[in-house]
Amino acid sequence: MNRQRAHLWLFTASIALAFLLQLLPLPQALLPLKPFWLALIIVYWAIEAPERIGLGFAFLLGLAGDVLSGELLGEQSLRLVILAFIVLRFRSRLRFFPMWQQALAVLALLLNDRVVQIMVRGFSGEVMPGATFWIAPFVGMLAWPFVFLLLDDLRARLRVQEP
Amino acid sequence: MPLTRTDKVPLFAEGGVSTLRLIVYLTMAMIVMVVDHRAGYLEGLRQLASRVIEPVYRVAGLPAEAARAGRLAIATQSQLGEENRTLREALLLAQARLNRMAALAEQNERLKALLDVQNNLGLGVQLAHLVDVDLDPFRQRVVIDVGRAQGVAVGQPVLDAGGVMGQIVEVLPNTSVAMLITDPTHAIPVTIERTGLRAIVYGTGGIDRLQLPTIPISADVRVGDRLVTSGLGGRFPAGFPVGEILEISNDESGMFAAALARPAAALERSGDVLLLHDLPQPMGPPPPDASPDGREPTP
Repeated sequence: MNRQRAHLWLFTASIALAFLLQLLPLPQALLPLKPFWLALIIVYWAIEAPERIGLGFAFLLGLAGDVLSGELLGEQSLRLVILAFIVLRFRSRLRFFPMWQQALAVLALLLNDRVVQIMVRGFSGEVMPGATFWIAPFVGMLAWPFVFLLLDDLRARLRVQEP
Repeated sequence: MPLTRTDKVPLFAEGGVSTLRLIVYLTMAMIVMVVDHRAGYLEGLRQLASRVIEPVYRVAGLPAEAARAGRLAIATQSQLGEENRTLREALLLAQARLNRMAALAEQNERLKALLDVQNNLGLGVQLAHLVDVDLDPFRQRVVIDVGRAQGVAVGQPVLDAGGVMGQIVEVLPNTSVAMLITDPTHAIPVTIERTGLRAIVYGTGGIDRLQLPTIPISADVRVGDRLVTSGLGGRFPAGFPVGEILEISNDESGMFAAALARPAAALERSGDVLLLHDLPQPMGPPPPDASPDGREPTP
């Protein structure tokens, strides 16, 4: 398997896994803690492999997410396009941040994402969620180092395999 | 050897994405949202994509399934024996109650026949399982493993052993999505069992709370009162438990009393659900084309 294909395989698998994690059931008490996995994966690939993640790709992933969750079509597209844009714009700085600064940046991104989500829901006339709505970005921040290190490690291994 | 620059973007300049493309995609997303909000294309799209969606749901539900199977496999003999005993007791109790109810039902039938009232006690039900996936933690929806191929239709009430859980809102070929009664956009007409007072129960968005925001101040409502479906509205048949009043207070305007209730169904624990088949008789005025004088409805 050549390196390009291994890389593509890891990329696809990580996104598929993000979709599954998004649907993963949790006990009722833990539900509000579930981070926006798709966003974390997109942030990673936008930092590490920006040639793969464009705004159009983020848009399509968002549409797929909306079709899966069966709510308003285009909501996740909007959120992911904004997220991808910010990350791509500040990519040169983000990739050299130490881990804790990166995690803080991810927290800011996810909080911004929540604000966008609340705006969309407000415009479509839905009921506003409670205070637990704001917990997930913090869990996302805590999860970020693990996502980053895991994917980085997998990529490094794929590179080593190359003769 | 000089280092080759892989990244053509200067460190502190604007990145490789142009604002124009952002605006284009944002506009596209907004157009899609508005169109979908008005016309509901998402449902059609989901029908088309159902061949992909359904397996994804099943795969996402696998870990929960495996956890359940694993728990069952390592449960000790004594635990199973204990569970078996409690279930047997519950069955016995239910059977005894049912026997007594059967006599009452028969009596009821007879009296109704005397009164020439339409018979509505027979219920066609279908057993189904929940597919354990979480669509959105802030929306109260569940996925059920039966769909159009099994004869499910939008609007069917979903029950569990305790009472009403919700209703089907979307049907895919082999899967359907139900909205729980705790969804903030769900309302269900009820009567208070003790007094017969009619009310409407709304969801709160919390899985263990329902609300009754508009009870008349003078109404006789007490903590502990049981709520049952009233059958008004024609969606849910009458007489199924919905919940129990937990607390009563005045609403902000002081015009009404507001109450909180606990759902009767085990919404967060149910694995098996019942789908009611025979929808109750539609209530309210007949559809316009069935007007007695046979005139076409004016557009």
